[in-house]
Formats: sequence, structure tokens, C-alpha cells
Amino acid sequence: MALTVPTLADMNARGETPEVLFWVGCAGSFDDRAKRITKAIARILHAAEVPFAVLGAEESCTGDPAKRAGNEFLFQMQAAQNIAVLNGYGVKRIVTGCPHCFNTLKNEYPELGGAYEVMHHTQFIQQLIADGRLKIADGQPFKGKRITFHDPCYLGRGNGEYAAPREALAALDADLVEMRRCKKNGLCCGAGGAQMFKDAEKGNREVNHERTDDVLETGAKVVATGCPFCNTMMTDGIKNAEREGDIEVKDIAELIAEAADLL
Amino acid sequence: MAHLIGQLTFLVLLGTAGFLFARRIGQIRRNINLGRDVNRSDRPKERWAVMAKVALGQSKMVVRPVAGIMHIVIYAGFILINIEVLEILVDGLFGTHRIFAPFLGGFYNFLIATFEWLALGVLVACVVFLVRRNLLPIARFRSPEMKGWPKNDANIILAVEVLLMFAFLTMNAADALAQARGLDHYIAAGSFPVSQWLHPLYDGLSNAGIVALERGAWWFHIVGILAFLVYVPYSKHFHIFLAFPNTWYSDLTPAGNMDNMAAVKKEVDLMMSGDPFAAPAAPAEETPAEPAPFGAKDVQDLTWKQLMEAYSCTECGRCTSSCPANATGKLLSPRKIMMDTRDRVEEVGKAIQAAGGQWEGDGKSLLGHYISEEELWACTSCQACVEACPINISPMGIILDMRRSLIMEDSKAPESITAMFNNVENNGAPWAFPAADRGKWTDELSAES
Repeated sequence: MALTVPTLADMNARGETPEVLFWVGCAGSFDDRAKRITKAIARILHAAEVPFAVLGAEESCTGDPAKRAGNEFLFQMQAAQNIAVLNGYGVKRIVTGCPHCFNTLKNEYPELGGAYEVMHHTQFIQQLIADGRLKIADGQPFKGKRITFHDPCYLGRGNGEYAAPREALAALDADLVEMRRCKKNGLCCGAGGAQMFKDAEKGNREVNHERTDDVLETGAKVVATGCPFCNTMMTDGIKNAEREGDIEVKDIAELIAEAADLL
Repeated sequence: MAHLIGQLTFLVLLGTAGFLFARRIGQIRRNINLGRDVNRSDRPKERWAVMAKVALGQSKMVVRPVAGIMHIVIYAGFILINIEVLEILVDGLFGTHRIFAPFLGGFYNFLIATFEWLALGVLVACVVFLVRRNLLPIARFRSPEMKGWPKNDANIILAVEVLLMFAFLTMNAADALAQARGLDHYIAAGSFPVSQWLHPLYDGLSNAGIVALERGAWWFHIVGILAFLVYVPYSKHFHIFLAFPNTWYSDLTPAGNMDNMAAVKKEVDLMMSGDPFAAPAAPAEETPAEPAPFGAKDVQDLTWKQLMEAYSCTECGRCTSSCPANATGKLLSPRKIMMDTRDRVEEVGKAIQAAGGQWEGDGKSLLGHYISEEELWACTSCQACVEACPINISPMGIILDMRRSLIMEDSKAPESITAMFNNVENNGAPWAFPAADRGKWTDELSAES
């Protein structure tokens, strides 16, 4: 059976209300690698029988990169536009596929008139597993495999969420190891603060190469991420270290979807 | 008579130190108040809790245990030995000797013994810190911004603390010897577990020599403390006072949150109201002469809290050593952002004082003359500096406020950032993809499943 993802407009027209709105984000919508993460999230929501919808063409950038690059006008214009759409549909709960969208929607939109219950996809997935809504048979593909989790800054330090992604990963029955710099002391991948959209300033190294060293130290075979930008940076870092042959970079949603036999 | 001269000298020294300290506090207060207003007095219960945990309880210091635990020894020593200083003050003013002893009895002996152990702890910790700073290859003490005055400032403070603690122990050693010899004025009081080790050093002195040594060490200790009091507010070491208000006024929102600018909200609300001809909200009775600039170009554009943070920073460098940009050789050092801010607000404050309370400008600004665009654009906004700061300073807040000035006042951005802005504005995404394609993945998914 083909998996169809309705837009909120579709649902609205049918007089239905989804349990959550899946806020995909720009990377998740347009970047080919990140789209695979988006699809994994959608498959998980579908498998857990969560009635969900997306905004589709009505979704627009939250304004996060503009805000952190100093363009508050552009940010607030984006926010006003998004809030008008979200409030128009009476949205209450949002699950995001990106910690930057998550942080902005959760922390910065309420003051501008957009107050919602906002969850990061790793939090929501962890809850689905804990509530027994999502079944992971026996975690076969990752059983005993060494996995390390790279904390996204805007999920971890930014919003104090270190537990949910790790609890979700625990369902894989893998050999979960921490990097030297983790949780509160986690090292950035180098993409935040609008760095993703510009060349790095002059230095003696790339931040993602520095972070890749932390990964290599652990001997992990899988780098678990929770952010499409971290995913890009870590993938590039692993390639730079010429280890793409034996180390995979995957979002938690992809790992869970694979373990639940959804891919 | 000699006593009276001593008491008067003490009074004059105390008064002078008090005056100089108060005058300097007044200057710092004025400089901090140059900043913009921000409300940091909401949720007082939480604020007391944060201060108790972070400043009083040093919760973030022990994240790095070696420096953290030694810092706690110095901190505890500083606070508790000040009880002894209180006695010294009373003795100095009234010509008494160990005035608290008769009131406290056996507990007095316990106190003095505790102070002695603490003094030894402080002494050892300060020597270790001097070694760490000057001999060990610890990167954060060797950054470019730590040359000259900042390095000397740290060494002066550590050396003075070593001398003060040594004077304190010498004073006690001489006192114990005087007590043992039954010298006039030296009542039997106190227990001296540490300073007794110094006895062999001083035992050969005559009775007059012992008294002179005790008095000399007493005066050195108290004059040293008064000099320290005057010095501290000119130094990075002012954190010993400001750490407390600085943590009380902490930003209580999640670290990921970046404030929404109220001035921008007003304009956006107007634009979004749908009526392009809508009159702006009724003008206020008094329109300000000049609208406040967007973002921060100079220290007056920062909030008073950010300026307080600049005075609270003790240049430990934990921010810089956890900064991904700094770790990869970029020009940015969050500690330098705080040091530059303090240097600049000092400069502005002095100019205002010289001009009789007016700011006439000096053709310089924090952004440009102290902090470069290259430093600002190296930040990944990862909040590692905010997390690392033992007293909740946010160098990142200043960096992002300065980016706002670059963009919204000067329209200065790297080309690729301008392109990103254009994409967000035109396509609703930071890349040049049409909004209509946002849902494409759903079609792909349907086809794949």
C-alpha cells in the first residue's frame, strides 16, 4: 500500500484534525540526503499509526538562519507568516525534523503569537517506543553494533535534551558509546549560526574534521545524528577521514526505521 | 600614645581604602548603566536558586575538577578568613588584641585553627595556579589576548594572596611565641596548628623582635587586604563580588533562545496588519530624538547585563577553550569578546567623566576598533561558551547582537549570507528551491512504498 502523506489543507478539507503536524524543515524538504531522514520519520509516524499531516508548500523557513546571521527583520517576517498559517489551522502540536526549527518554534515563536507544543523527532520517536506504539522486533541489524550519538547543539545545550535521543537509541540494543566531548560538552559540527550557508572563516582546520576525530576515537561504526545539518557535516568529516567505507552517518529516525523494518 | 597613633593611622587607612573602593564602584555602576535596559528581575525565586547554586555553590566550577576544587579552597578561604579580618578591623580601631577570644572561648580556638588550615590551602592553591599559568602548557592561558596586563593582573593577584596568607601565618606564629613568653598584651588565645611550623624560623628573636614581627605581619596583612580591596575593582578579579549579582541576573530562558527584538516586532506587526496605509500607532508624547540603532555597534547598544558580564569576567578562558571556532584556529575567542567589551566601556566611561558627564563620541566603536567582522562570522552559535562559563556569562549574546548591527545598520554580510537572505525572502528556504517543491518528497515516498 502506497504511503500517502496528507497536507494539513487536505485534512482540513476533509474535516479531520491530525494528532501532530510534522514540520519538515528546509533541509528535510530539499536536500536529497536529508529527504531520506524525512521519509524515515514519515514511515515511523505511519507505522505507529499517528495521524499526521505536513504543511507542504505552505511551510516556510522558520527564519532561524536569518536570525542568527543578524537579520531580525527577515526572521520576524518569516515567523509572522508561519504563525498566521499555523494559527489559521489551529495547530496545537508540532514534531520537527530539525533541532533548529524545533528551537525556534518552541522558544522564539510564542512571544510572537505562536504558542504550540513542539517536539523534536527524537523526543517523539522515543515516546512512541516507550508507549508501545512503535514496535522494534529485536533490533537485529544493530544488535551489539558500536554507535555513538552526536548531540545537536540546539537540542542538547540549547534545550537541555540529552536523554530522549539516547533512550530511543537504547531500543536498538546496540553498543552505545559516548564521545570524549558529549552532552553539555558536546562539540558543534560547525554548521550552526548560519555557518552552513557560508565558507568557514580562516583557520587551521574545519570544525567537522575536529569532531570526526572524536568519532574515530570511539571506534564507533555508526554516528547517530538528530539534525540534517550535523548529518551533512559528519558525513563530510567521515569522508575527509577516508572512513566512509566502514563508518555510517545516520539519523536516529533512520536507525529506528531500519530496526523496525520500515525501510 | 603609640597605641593611639596606631589606631588613628588604621582609621585613616581604612577610610581612604573605603573611599577609593566606593568611588571606583560608582564608576563601574555608571559604566554598566550606559547599557540598554532589559528586565532581569522576573522570577526572583529561580534567580536566588541560580545564584545559590552557581555562584555560592560553584556548581559550574567543578566541571573541571582540578581548577574547580582548588578554586573552592581559595573561595572558602577568602570568605572564612574574612571573619578573622573582621576581628583585625575591630582590634585595629579600638587598640584591642584578639577581641573575639574571650567571647567565643573554645570555639575561638577552633576558628583560628580552621583559618590556619584554610590559609595553608589557599597558599598551596595559589602556588599551583601560578605554576599552571606560567609554566604548564595550558593553551587557554597562552592565547593572544592573555599577553601583557591580563597576564600580569592574574599573577599579581596570586602573588599578593600568597604574601597575605604568609603574613597571616607569620602573625599567628609570632603571636603564639609572644603568648608562650607571657608578653604583655598577648592574651592566651587561639590554636595554631599550621603556623607552629614557622616557630623555628622566629624563635631566635628577642621579645621586642617577636612583638615587632607580630605587629609588622599584622599591619602587612591588613594594609595588604585594604590595598587588595582598592585594586580588585580595577582588575579582572572583581568577579569575587560581581559573580553574585551576575548569576542572579542570569538569562533564565533556554540557551538556544535568542531574544526577539521588540522594535522589529512593532514594524513587522504594522506591515502584517494588511493595511499599508495604516497610520503608525499614536506617536508617544515625547518622540525620542534618535531611534535606537538595531543591534550593537558600541557598548551603549548592549544591555546593562551584558556590560555587567564584561566586568564580571575573570578571564579564565573556559569559554575560549570550549569554542569550536577557536579550537580550529579561527580568530574568534569568546573571552576576548568579553575583555574587549570591558576595555571599551572603560574607555567610554573615562571619556564621559572627562567631558563632565557627556558622551561626545570618539570616532571609535566596539565593533570595528576592538572586535572584527571576521571574529563575529566565525561563531557557530553552539552555546558552548555559555555552557562553559562558571558564572553564566554569554559571549555569544554579544556576538549575535553585533551581527545584527552589521546586517541591519550597515548591510555588511559575506556574499553567501546575503544570498541566503534572498533565498529565504523569495523562496522561503535558505536555498534557491521553489516553495512548490517542498512536498515532492511525499510523492517520492508514495512511489517508493
